[in-house]
Amino acid sequence: MHAPAQTKRAAIALLILLAVLVVLPAVANAYLLSAMVLILYFAYVGQAWNLMMGFTGQLSLGHSLYVGLGAYAAAALFVHFGVSPWIGLWAALAVSLAAGAVIGFLAFRFGIGGVYFALLTIAFAEFTRIGFDHFDWVGGSGGFFLPVKEHGVLDLASLRGPPVMFYYIALVMAVAAFVLAWRLRTSRIGYYWLAIRENEDAAQALGINTFRYKMFAILISSAMTSLAGVFFAFYYNNLFPEQIFSMGRSIEIILGPIIGGLGTLFGPVLGAFVLTLLGDGLTELTSALGIEIPGLKQVFYGIALLVVILFVPNGIWPAVARRLGFGPAKSGR
Amino acid sequence: MKPKSAVTIGAIVAGLVALYSWRLAALPGALLGNVLVTGLLTGLVYGLMALGLSVIFGVVRVVNFAHGEMMTIAMYAATLLFAALKLDPFLALFPVAVIFFAFGYALQAGLINPFIERPEHSQFMLLVAVAIIMVNVLLMGFGPDARSLQVDYALESFEIGPLVVDKVRVYAAAVAVLLAVALFAFFRITSTGRAIRACADNLLGAKVVGLDVKRYYALTFGIGSALVGAAGVLQVMLVDVTPALGPAYTLLAFVIVIVGGLGSMAGALAGGVLIGVSEALAGVAFTPSAKSMFSFALLILVLLLRPQGLLGKKAA
Repeated sequence: MHAPAQTKRAAIALLILLAVLVVLPAVANAYLLSAMVLILYFAYVGQAWNLMMGFTGQLSLGHSLYVGLGAYAAAALFVHFGVSPWIGLWAALAVSLAAGAVIGFLAFRFGIGGVYFALLTIAFAEFTRIGFDHFDWVGGSGGFFLPVKEHGVLDLASLRGPPVMFYYIALVMAVAAFVLAWRLRTSRIGYYWLAIRENEDAAQALGINTFRYKMFAILISSAMTSLAGVFFAFYYNNLFPEQIFSMGRSIEIILGPIIGGLGTLFGPVLGAFVLTLLGDGLTELTSALGIEIPGLKQVFYGIALLVVILFVPNGIWPAVARRLGFGPAKSGR
Repeated sequence: MKPKSAVTIGAIVAGLVALYSWRLAALPGALLGNVLVTGLLTGLVYGLMALGLSVIFGVVRVVNFAHGEMMTIAMYAATLLFAALKLDPFLALFPVAVIFFAFGYALQAGLINPFIERPEHSQFMLLVAVAIIMVNVLLMGFGPDARSLQVDYALESFEIGPLVVDKVRVYAAAVAVLLAVALFAFFRITSTGRAIRACADNLLGAKVVGLDVKRYYALTFGIGSALVGAAGVLQVMLVDVTPALGPAYTLLAFVIVIVGGLGSMAGALAGGVLIGVSEALAGVAFTPSAKSMFSFALLILVLLLRPQGLLGKKAA
């Protein structure tokens, strides 16, 4: 644990940040609000992915699979049967848990790790993407669309409402993910995960059932990520397999935690802020200058990733934390 | 290739054909023959691409996540050279390969060598970043629309009995095989090639006898890049190029190399042929857009049943 003074300062800073986020919609315009929704979304999925890679050391490059499955499960139930997303999300959880269980079981049982595990996760995501391209019940490659009701009507039961509603849902999700990650990180399971990340053989020798704890990691992570998919479906109202299951989306998910700081609690949050603000800022700047270049933002993301990996391999949070006097981050890599 | 491996591959191909046969039974035999030959020839070009990835991984132990992106850059380079200088791709092959060699050498020497001691995922992400930059720079430069390269003899074909085979496809496959043979010879005969193999087989031993390992790593990355550059120039005669092909080819190269066996050169070629034939069969048996689904299914199966690949050696 940190020294008490540092913990206290961190807690106070966190509460101030939370208070700002809660009152933000009162002063924010529509553009800032939509950017904030995106930031909170990435903070949430980044936290979910970080459980696997940052805590347990299992590199998944196919997290778009769980986003897509969650999104399609809840959206299909809603469109075809009128099932409320609050019920549909359980179906989303079930589908993603099943996918996570299959991938985890196959990979960890057969001893597939490292790069091979990453490729296996990509393979499953791509396999599913092409499958959904030909899955006509949910529109195939032509896309799947949720009915958009009158603007401004708040219907919480079927998640139809103004952007502010989505903002608060995203905020609750991001905070919940943060708290969950923090609780897991400081519990027995979190320490087991770190042991597996640092040295799997040694962890096993100490009597940790590494298979079981790696399964926990992928199951919790896939379940959390599928809820992000449900949110995505009802926020954007359109789903295309080409986009939602794409490897580019998986990469977007992992940029935040890597740039922010792998294995840290604040890394995914900070990374989401930095990336989205800088990326959107760049887009705004170029469009203000009258230049529309597709791909420019992604080039910027690529360069940001390159710079961070080359020069700040532990991410920017540990450095920021020291500067702010929160003490050294607990689990820098 | 050992007889046992040949049997394994034969069994897999037979299995694939059996898988498709219930859909293929209705097709006329000549069409099926054409599809098989086309798949085989395309597969050899795929194999050349995958050979580059395999050589790099086998020696440097770095997974080149930007492999497909490099392939598309070579494809664009060939279209540019053809448009500007009317340079036939079979001639453009050489300058492109040389430039790619220099690029790969510089990439390894400047960017990746300092990362050799870093954790695996760190190197992986480094190349992911390079790949993201490459594909989007292509998107910025050329836009999302497809570009094609049509040589004068693009529509000519050989007719052998009932088979009709595109000339460019035959030439491209022949060049791919020639380059692969040249590579085998390089690794067997030349002292540089032997030194590179030494670095791959026993890193510590290579250092002990005084080999400059980092230079050989850079050379290897250059060779792998030259191979993928050549493969790209050949490939652009067979398909139109878009920036989005980059990530798709990266995945395809991974699938081929893992199916064939990471680090095994014969495996890369065999895997390429296998995937090429499988894609071609899936294209006619089901729908062309679903063809890579079968490749990924094959990858998942191989990862689970024989993670070292069909021709790969058991990992230590």
